[in-house]
Amino acid sequence: MDALVQRRMPGEEGIWIFIFGDMLVFSLFFAIFLYYRGQNVQLFAASQSQLNQGYGALNTFFMLTSSWFVATALQAARRNRGKLAPICFMLAILCCVCFGVVKVLEYGEKIRIGITLTTNDFYMYYYMFTGIHFLHALIGSGVLAYLARISWAGDCDAKTLRNLESGGSFWHLVDLLWIVLFALFYLVK
Amino acid sequence: MASILITRTTLVWLLLVGATIFSWEIGHGVAIHHLRFASITIIVIALIKVRCVIFEFMEIRSAPLFMRIVAQAWLLVIGTVLVTLYWKGV
Repeated sequence: MDALVQRRMPGEEGIWIFIFGDMLVFSLFFAIFLYYRGQNVQLFAASQSQLNQGYGALNTFFMLTSSWFVATALQAARRNRGKLAPICFMLAILCCVCFGVVKVLEYGEKIRIGITLTTNDFYMYYYMFTGIHFLHALIGSGVLAYLARISWAGDCDAKTLRNLESGGSFWHLVDLLWIVLFALFYLVK
Repeated sequence: MASILITRTTLVWLLLVGATIFSWEIGHGVAIHHLRFASITIIVIALIKVRCVIFEFMEIRSAPLFMRIVAQAWLLVIGTVLVTLYWKGV
């Protein structure tokens, strides 16, 4: 069966080098977080209990759903299904906007009760790592808007499809990094 | 319309959402009462979800062998590192 599948690299080589580099950087972030958590479990557990897990779970849902829209958009573009591809990209942007709104609400609630970057180690990592991720999501929404634009006319040529694959892969990276951040910051006790 | 929605991609998305709900339940003491094992299960589920995103959504499933090897190796290394750091830290 495997031999029947034509093996090829989705998107451009450059985007994969970037994605892999970014994943290594975040791997270091994840390891740093768990290492310092181990140095002061009580403080980290107490700080984690102040987080709103509902916000974290809701944002995971938005991330997973946006990724699903992006994957569906790519399939629609390949099969030349009219406006379905750009519409799916726009729905993915909508998920990203929802993610952003929840994140701003979450940061706002914490800052209002005086919890900031300098409160303790847990919150320093929380603001830093989720903040860097948020920046990825902002850049990603720009990328998605570009993908919606280039797929708008339909009848995508090979070059456009490769661009859709590259941009889409970047968005999936934003999704998968959040999956781990959610588990480590919100769920792991 | 049905052919657009009933796809492998949709099934993967449903599984990912299901795994998130399952993780949430484990994080709230359902199914696994031992804190350490519950947390390790949460880390492992997160990495299984990440693997689904990489292999299905990013389409590494049909990518050249070296890309699949790099992805699997990274998952194995990060999984071992995270579980070990958590285990040592508690």
